[in-house]
Amino acid sequence: MVDHAAKLTERVWSRYDAREQWIRYAVYLATVVLVVWTVRDIDIFWPWVWDAPNQIQNLGARMWPPEFSAWSAILNAMLETVHIATLATLLTVFIALPVSYIAAQNTTPNRITLWLGRLILVSSRSVNTIIWALLFVAIFGPGVLAGILAVMFRSIGFIGKLMGEAIEEIDRRPVEAMLATGAGKMKVVMYAVVPQVMPAFFAIVILRWDINIRESTVLGLVGAGGIGVLLQGSIDTFAWQTVATILLAIIVLVIIGEAITSALRKKVI
Amino acid sequence: MLEISNLVKRYGHNDPVLKGLDLTVDGSSVVSIVGASGAGKSTMLRCINRLVEPTSGSIRLNGHELVNLRGGELRRARRKIGMVFQGFNLIDRLSVMENVLAGRLGYVSFYQAVTRRFPQTDIDRAFHLMDRVGISHYANKRADQLSGGERQRVAVVRALMQEPEILLADEPTASLDPKTSQQIMGLLQSLASEMSLPVLINIHNVTQARMYTDRIVGMRHGQMIFDGAPKDFNQDALDAIYGGIESPEEEGADSDEGHEAREAVA
Repeated sequence: MVDHAAKLTERVWSRYDAREQWIRYAVYLATVVLVVWTVRDIDIFWPWVWDAPNQIQNLGARMWPPEFSAWSAILNAMLETVHIATLATLLTVFIALPVSYIAAQNTTPNRITLWLGRLILVSSRSVNTIIWALLFVAIFGPGVLAGILAVMFRSIGFIGKLMGEAIEEIDRRPVEAMLATGAGKMKVVMYAVVPQVMPAFFAIVILRWDINIRESTVLGLVGAGGIGVLLQGSIDTFAWQTVATILLAIIVLVIIGEAITSALRKKVI
Repeated sequence: MLEISNLVKRYGHNDPVLKGLDLTVDGSSVVSIVGASGAGKSTMLRCINRLVEPTSGSIRLNGHELVNLRGGELRRARRKIGMVFQGFNLIDRLSVMENVLAGRLGYVSFYQAVTRRFPQTDIDRAFHLMDRVGISHYANKRADQLSGGERQRVAVVRALMQEPEILLADEPTASLDPKTSQQIMGLLQSLASEMSLPVLINIHNVTQARMYTDRIVGMRHGQMIFDGAPKDFNQDALDAIYGGIESPEEEGADSDEGHEAREAVA
């Protein structure tokens, strides 16, 4: 009995052994070092930071009350913003779907097409919409066309990658069954792959449309159309009361977009 | 008539899964293939319609060699080989009718397939077969709303839509409850005789194999070690197929199956 009790007391348990514990401390230390280093390196001018509350108050006072006289121009610009997002999303689908098809391991024809697909996706995703917009404004001149192309080029990577992943995650068994009927590759895709990725497709496109509306609002800052053009103009002319109205309008637009997309999402899933 | 001779399948540089298999199935006989997990039953069945590529050997269906077919020839050959799977392999989000008509994919054009404009003869055949197995009232229901037994019936009808010359069934009852699995086995048996269709069934349940099939083929380690009528399938044959312990991972499954099967025989 005594022996047994002694044995019980010796049963020590700890979640991490000594080596794991040391690794954990090292990770903590590294994190602290990294934070200190980055904060020192970005060289913040602290007096401006302490002055920020004053500036906010000041700006707020200049913005109040919002100036609504330009509402029809703002409304038009908002519509243009939505059109850029919608048109760009629609056009993207036609490019992104073939790209996702060749970028998915289980549908791509061969190694070369797989890497081509992935290259397209990576290059589209690694460049921000604003950078694409700068590029297209330089090529096509300022305006809506540059904006649409910019949003499209960024969305191809987004929709293409997520659709490619959806294709890779399908259940393989229906594919096997369709092959067994003697169906060719495209028929197998239409029957065994497409129905399986349909819900993902709608969810992804709706999500991207939502994101594109928000991205389209800033395109105007580089001259690529939409509400951002007005915003930039108002900031440049110190029309802070109009700026306030535009910011409010953007918030309202984003909320409406959010409401529409969440309603649509419920419908398709 | 299906003639398999000296069929070998090897994955990479491992031991072959099939080691020179010979099997001939003629007329409208229902043949069950029994064997422990990993014996090569499923691989053999998939070699016939080339879902698995055989390493060497010959498979002839009604005189036509299947092993070296490619592209369009292979697809045309597959149309004549119906297959039923353990997991039904239906397209869940499509209707029962679409699933059934998918059996005609090898015959219709891409346009017809995409727009679902199948020839009226196919639709008639679909309704006829669905009536036969008792699922025609589900035609417009989504496939994933059906029960397991009903789903397997859809899969059987889909295979029959191909107007097959042979039907392969890979453990068609393993995902079903005992009663439903008996119904499916009975259905396969009677369809085989109605359509004078040879049927090959991979099956774990030895009792059902004896009840519903004309011939039992026993496989072990990629080789055929029993071939005969159900009445000749005795305790010795059963021990030879399921007995003993091969590898650690199969130990549980094998002894379980052997046990179950032995009980069933007794």
